[in-house]
Amino acid sequence: MNRMNEPRKLDGKWNIVVLLLVVVVYGVIQLLAAKEILLPYHLQVMGLICINIMLVVSLNLINGFTGQFSLGHASFLAIGAYLSAALTVFLGMNFYLALIISGLASGFVGILIGLPALRLRGDYLAIATLGFGEIIRVVILNIPAVGGPRGFTGIPRYTTFGLTYILAVVTVLGIKNFVNSAHGRACVSIREDEIAAGSLGINIIYYKVAAFAIGAMVAGVAGALFSHYMQYISPGTNQIGFLRSIDILIMVVLGGLGSLTGSVVSAILLTLLPELLRGFAQYRMIVYSIILIVMMLFMPSGLLGGFELSFEFLENLIGKFKIRKRGVSDGTS
Amino acid sequence: MAILEVRDLHVYYGMIHALKGVSFHIKQGEIVTLIGANGAGKSTTLRAISGLTPKSQGEIVFKGKSLDKIPAHKIVELGLNQVPEGRRVFPQLSVEDNLALGAYLRKDTEEIRKDLKQVYDLFPRLWERKKQQSGSLSGGEQQMLAMGRGLMGRPELLLLDEPSMGLAPLLVREIFNVIKEINEQGTTILLVEQNANLSLDISSRAYVFETGKVALQGDARELAADPRIQEAYLGV
Ligand SMILES: Nc1ncnc2c1ncn2[C@@H]1O[C@H](COP(=O)(O)OP(=O)(O)O)[C@@H](O)[C@H]1O
Ligand SMILES: [Mg+2]
Repeated sequence: MNRMNEPRKLDGKWNIVVLLLVVVVYGVIQLLAAKEILLPYHLQVMGLICINIMLVVSLNLINGFTGQFSLGHASFLAIGAYLSAALTVFLGMNFYLALIISGLASGFVGILIGLPALRLRGDYLAIATLGFGEIIRVVILNIPAVGGPRGFTGIPRYTTFGLTYILAVVTVLGIKNFVNSAHGRACVSIREDEIAAGSLGINIIYYKVAAFAIGAMVAGVAGALFSHYMQYISPGTNQIGFLRSIDILIMVVLGGLGSLTGSVVSAILLTLLPELLRGFAQYRMIVYSIILIVMMLFMPSGLLGGFELSFEFLENLIGKFKIRKRGVSDGTS
Repeated sequence: MAILEVRDLHVYYGMIHALKGVSFHIKQGEIVTLIGANGAGKSTTLRAISGLTPKSQGEIVFKGKSLDKIPAHKIVELGLNQVPEGRRVFPQLSVEDNLALGAYLRKDTEEIRKDLKQVYDLFPRLWERKKQQSGSLSGGEQQMLAMGRGLMGRPELLLLDEPSMGLAPLLVREIFNVIKEINEQGTTILLVEQNANLSLDISSRAYVFETGKVALQGDARELAADPRIQEAYLGV
């Protein structure tokens, strides 16, 4: 038992399959880009998808797995975006170093934002994180050196699609490993029932703060990628404020709280959707909202609910397929 | 030798003085029951022992070691586990995942496997439903799961807070039988119950709580025969 502590024997094989798939997808995209079937605009949208995947998956760790209702996720993006830009623009720092520093700084602020979670629950925590996020936005708004309300311009374009792709893959696999480990189970048990979790010897303080720290760190890196991709970051509420936080939250909820597969799928869909709706111009946001409402009506627990695309699931699927095939061939012989 | 010793325990909830100097002890291998009306402070006592509710005064000594300043998760590590009031299973997790979390602090995979088998032996119904989401279990099955999960920590002392609450009479009897069996297999048990009848029956000693104090204490059989107890708790 204790499958949470024991690696299953097939994992090795599947890890190779996943790795191959990741490489093949990347190769195909680069090939299509080289043949100019995928234009720079397409690559940019795909890069944004990868950045959003990082944001959604990291918020899912906090909201979906650990059950801490955070409405301040965009503030971590803000810290990463602005800090990294300041480091590369003003100090001429190496981008990768700036990326790491932004992640760490953001993770540290995540710990600070996580602290109220130790005392507050549910709606109250949501409001506290909302407030915290706005404080960070207003602070940034009032720093003239980073452009104040006009935004930070002239950021070098260091982010490439390839980098966002690699970091999105690392994030998804890293968080998948975390949630499948004993640590992840501890987080889920806190979401499910904090008192019971405490009575089993789970260190609630540690895991709440850890979820915020990891989530914030990933979001900080995503922010750094974002500002060095768009070459501009503005302190608008829909960029680094609560509207952005809500955007990310919508992706988490739509994909399914506690489903990483769902997070990835919904990050892809909801990043593409506004792009596809560009033709509708002014009706775009209305159509977008209607699609959201309809989806939630018919799939209240999100696209994939608690479902996770797992190796076990694939094995069962393949197994069933094999049996069916054998059944058919038996019948004809 | 007492495995647990509680001396002069005081707990406040804001202005409410919930425990006003509670003292009692449990010896290795015993079943001891705390009985008392709603609000008498039984759950507060258990939570204070587990470190889940802070005490303002008093001493709690487990296996000769003071639990002062030891955080809740470390207390579990010492071998003291609580099954809190109201079942509290992890509703979206399967039965087996709930049980696995009970062994969260342990690394001894082989022994965990044995304990899991033992839990399924004690509660065959859990075995039949091991893949089922625990939120969809009946009340009795959830109570079994909560107890099984507590046992997976392989505690030396198990605190059970009203395990029979809200269960059908037949199930209550079953739960009490299991408590006895767990005890016979070597786990010391501190039981909180409103069902004084059955709990006094399986206990060696009992303490009667009234508004944050121990009002009566003694041998379980003697207490069961005490007219004051019979009137107040046994409905005789
Ligand atoms: N979390 C709490 N906050 C405030 N008062 C509480 C809390 N828990 C219990 N109490 C109060 O403490 C007293 C003892 O409660 P409790 O220990 O739950 O009693 P019992 O388990 O014996 O029914 C009651 O008066 C109850 O109202
Ligand atoms: Mg109680």
